[in-house]
Amino acid sequence: MQVRAQIAMVMNLDKCIGCHTCSVTCKNVWTNRRGTEYMWFNDVETKPGVGYPKQWENQERWKGGWELKGGKLRLKAGGRLRKFATLFFNPELPTLDDYYEPWTYDYETLTTAPTSKHQPVAQPESQVTGRPLDLQWGPNWEDDLAGAPEHARLDPNLRDGVEEQVRLEYEKAFMFYLPRICEHCLNPSCVASCPSGAMYKRVEDGIVLVDQEQCRSWRMCVSGCPYKKVYFNWSTGKAEKCTLCYPRIEAGQPTICSETCVGKIRYLGVVLYDADRVQEAASVADEKDLLPAQLSLFLDPDDPEVREQARRDGIAEDWLDAARRSPVYALAVKHRVALPLHPEYRTLPMVWYVPPLSPVMSLVEGPGSEADPDDVFPAIDELRIPIEYLANMLTAGDPEPVRVSLRRLAAMRGWTREKNLGVDPDPALAAAVGMEPREIDAMFRLLAVAKYDERYVIPQTHGEIGLSPYARQGACGLDFEGGPGSCGALEKAKDPFGAEPLAAPGDGRGGGSNVAFLDFRKAT
Amino acid sequence: MSAQEKVRPISGWSTLAFALDWNRPPRQQATSPFWFLASDQFRFQRTRADVYSTPLGNGALRGMHVADCNALAARLGWMPSYPTFDRNPLDLTREAAEAGMEAPAYVVERLKAQELRFAAEDPDAPENFPRVLTLWRANLLGSSSKGHEYFLRHVLGVEDAAVRNVEAEPDQRPTDVVWHDEAPTGKFDLFTTIDFRMNGSALYSDVVLPAATWYEKYDLSSTDLHPFVHSFNQAVPPPWEAKTDFDIFGRVAERFSELAVEHLGTRTDLVAAPLLHDTPDELAQPFGEVRDWKRGECEPVPGKTMPKLVPVERDYTAVYRKWRALGPLAEQLGSSAKGIPLKPTVEIDQLRAANGEIDGRPALTRDVHMCEAILALSGVTNGRLAVEGFKGLEQRTGTRLADIAEEHADVRITFGDTQVQPRKVLASPEWSGMESRERRYNPFTINVERNVPFRTLTGRQQLYVEHAWMLEYGEALPTYRPPLNVLGVVGTQLSGEEGRKELHVRWLSPHNKWSIHSEFQDNLHMLTLFRGGPVVWLSDVDAREIEIADNDWCEVFNRNGVIVARAVVSHRIPPGIGLMYHSQDRHVNVPLSEITETRGGTDNSVTRISLKPTHLIGGYAQLSYGFNYYGPTGTQRDEMVAVRKLLGKPVY
Ligand code: SF4
Ligand code: SF4
Repeated sequence: MQVRAQIAMVMNLDKCIGCHTCSVTCKNVWTNRRGTEYMWFNDVETKPGVGYPKQWENQERWKGGWELKGGKLRLKAGGRLRKFATLFFNPELPTLDDYYEPWTYDYETLTTAPTSKHQPVAQPESQVTGRPLDLQWGPNWEDDLAGAPEHARLDPNLRDGVEEQVRLEYEKAFMFYLPRICEHCLNPSCVASCPSGAMYKRVEDGIVLVDQEQCRSWRMCVSGCPYKKVYFNWSTGKAEKCTLCYPRIEAGQPTICSETCVGKIRYLGVVLYDADRVQEAASVADEKDLLPAQLSLFLDPDDPEVREQARRDGIAEDWLDAARRSPVYALAVKHRVALPLHPEYRTLPMVWYVPPLSPVMSLVEGPGSEADPDDVFPAIDELRIPIEYLANMLTAGDPEPVRVSLRRLAAMRGWTREKNLGVDPDPALAAAVGMEPREIDAMFRLLAVAKYDERYVIPQTHGEIGLSPYARQGACGLDFEGGPGSCGALEKAKDPFGAEPLAAPGDGRGGGSNVAFLDFRKAT
Repeated sequence: MSAQEKVRPISGWSTLAFALDWNRPPRQQATSPFWFLASDQFRFQRTRADVYSTPLGNGALRGMHVADCNALAARLGWMPSYPTFDRNPLDLTREAAEAGMEAPAYVVERLKAQELRFAAEDPDAPENFPRVLTLWRANLLGSSSKGHEYFLRHVLGVEDAAVRNVEAEPDQRPTDVVWHDEAPTGKFDLFTTIDFRMNGSALYSDVVLPAATWYEKYDLSSTDLHPFVHSFNQAVPPPWEAKTDFDIFGRVAERFSELAVEHLGTRTDLVAAPLLHDTPDELAQPFGEVRDWKRGECEPVPGKTMPKLVPVERDYTAVYRKWRALGPLAEQLGSSAKGIPLKPTVEIDQLRAANGEIDGRPALTRDVHMCEAILALSGVTNGRLAVEGFKGLEQRTGTRLADIAEEHADVRITFGDTQVQPRKVLASPEWSGMESRERRYNPFTINVERNVPFRTLTGRQQLYVEHAWMLEYGEALPTYRPPLNVLGVVGTQLSGEEGRKELHVRWLSPHNKWSIHSEFQDNLHMLTLFRGGPVVWLSDVDAREIEIADNDWCEVFNRNGVIVARAVVSHRIPPGIGLMYHSQDRHVNVPLSEITETRGGTDNSVTRISLKPTHLIGGYAQLSYGFNYYGPTGTQRDEMVAVRKLLGKPVY
């Protein structure tokens, strides 16, 4: 057992209102500059729909993620050989049409137009060519089922019979929002796809980053990521991706998308996992076993043995405390209401989702449903959003874990409603979903009333890791190479007590078979 | 002070916003009737007011045009109506003085002699035009002008306004209100917009004053959506020539006062004020009977059978001086919250200490002073005033109420406090909630739990309203009214062009997902996050019928105007409906229409103000005018439009 800590996220789709505040704040912070116009590290999709880029979930087309070949895990896009064969032409690379051609407007006209017969108007023009643009697609073209009769059929989740169940008719309409960021996978295929070793997963918190110095523009990460969450900056010629706002995470603050989330749907916390078994878990034969396999990787932070091993593996005490308070661990492992997005990609994604229940509650809470489990639960299988649709998204097609989650959410509502009405809820309701009353209460607290400090339990990064604090002494915020602080860049700073300088990213990787880890602690 | 729907610190805000600390009463107007006349939409009203009367009615509206109803409402003091008379009130007071009479008596005499008329009775006479408009951060033309194209044509004189409507036939016209054979166009002389965007309103303005954005000024904000008062703070100074709203108004006031030395000096104004809610005016016209002094059904008595006529001395040279300090009426008369006076006492000295003094009065020379004063003069942010207000209410109701506010009697929220964090408002007689440390705001809890009478005729929740006009409409009790039969009145709206597939749909323009009312959402990010410009949602069933595919350009049109927008086809929309979320301005990505060869319009280009007569009722208990509280709505949404695909490439 080798214990590692990962900062992971849960999003509660039951509460996402599709406001896109997350997308806008993320864009303003990270991708509002030349070369990144079309990038949305965070985007919010209306489901059913094809998403951004179009049909990103169709791995037959994009060949992202991993597959099992002869019992062995390999990149779906092929091994080293195929990689090099396609170095200069990668057929699985999405084009601008698959994302969208970013545009702006001729705003100038509004202030400079001469007297004219008609009111002046700002026309759209391409941010790529600068020419007038006939808008045909955008990063949220399908908002609230816009154009769904035409496009939604192409939603890759409408497969294995689900397409038969879903009618795109007014009376049968359903939709929900799916906010997406990089999954900061435990087994990231982007990292494994990179021929230059420019991508790495940080050991201390699991954040997956691109080393801008090392990136050689091969773009294998772009096609290798099944979630299409690595983008290519046409201006710098480097790959860029969601950074999980690491400067904020390091300071114990939530990501910008979480901080600004209007629906308060997001949770961030530490999950401990066994790094020795990552490959094994990603390699189970049956796709439907991937969820249990990934769950089995997560270590119980209350288990004294785990804690002991974690300490030996260099995880700080405050991180272990944070892991015990982790809302992510609680929702994914304890309550089993959060599920991974497309576990079948075998990257072991670390942003999990509570499936949406709301659109069906009118049915569930209909006449006679009360808090009687017999009445509440059969309806779960008659939801507007077919369970199988959610299963295709969240559990590699296995409806059972989705059912468990939805039943628990429904039971929680019935349970809490009784309490609000001053009635003692029937413990049988809790028992029917395999929960203790106090567990239901804890889950309700987390999903409904938890404040900032319970939704975001993020231990600060230990500054002493990687660079002796003495090396930073006297440094200032202007200390970058050639900067006015003129103390030289931090990497160059010498520790007077003889510790090694901060390892440049790309040095000192651990030798995992698929995943290249950067481990500061082992570098010395 | 910015607010969405609800200005929590209402008494302090209204004291300052309307200069009640210096002069009373202010002139406040209900917008729907104002624009109904000003933009000449009344000329296109082809149904009479009695068309929706019940056969069992009393005939109170028989033969009346809606503009006649409006004129009656003006003359009886039901609704404010400005300009009020067909003569300048400054001239009227001079004439009165020359005749050795009190101005109100003089005006009554002239009215009786029919030598003076209400302007609402002849809105198209040049002397009755509104001439000057200053828009302050309200995108009237880009968004909220109901009957947008009528505004362009009649108010602004825009040549390519897309109105194709037919005016009322002679037998459909008003009887009381004067009809001019030719409708005036371009009534305005000066149109000024204060905004930080070059939006649809700014584009049509004579003068645009660039305003500071939210992060370039100090200000307060509140809403009905949460119980907090927020501050705005200046992160950066306003760029280039932009100024804060406070500075803009201050500078205009300064220059105005300088010019007034030569042009106006000190004059006596005469304000015709409507019969007001929460005042004894509510009993002015009892029993729901309508008596028109003009028809000799009663005597014209100001404040009883007609508007109050209040002379107000105005020293126009002192406007700037008054702008810069809190006036003495603040404590002499206090501010009125729902009829309950809130009288600041110690607050005046506190404000002197906080803001400094000008001519012995608390200074209001900076935006933060203004914020400080609003907070000090409002019960929701000043516990002492809240307790005092409840004590006043105790005297009136004979029931103990002050305890509601006692727990926060010593709380006094200052601007500095709101800068530290948003502050939760206090329970105050300005509103009807009983919020406390334990409890959130909820309306009418004071009435329900403490038996404070509701502000109705009976003092209870009242469903039955025994007013002649309500009886005439069969609406004395709440009742269902089906959508208006628009096509039955105006006939088909289809173009009739050979070979064009067109369809009638009912027009809906709900709140936008990313903005409400005239608030804008059309910045680059938000437009990128959908279709990049105005869109109209159609059901897939309807779209198929007229061969419109998702993202096709389409024209939405009727007699009022035309919209050119992209179609969004979705099974989320039921058949028979065209839906355009409102406040999609026409200055971004809007091509020309084939039908009118003019620029496509806003969601309001196909609407028209259609006043409901019963909304005009006033001077009768709870049906009495209150600013931004009670008055007619535009009811512009009962409308039908035709939709068709735009052929060929869009032309800008
Ligand atoms: S989701 Fe993120 S970590 Fe996972 S493969 Fe894609 S880019 Fe890499
Ligand atoms: S900010 Fe939150 S609620 Fe809004 S779209 Fe993003 S995830 Fe959903």
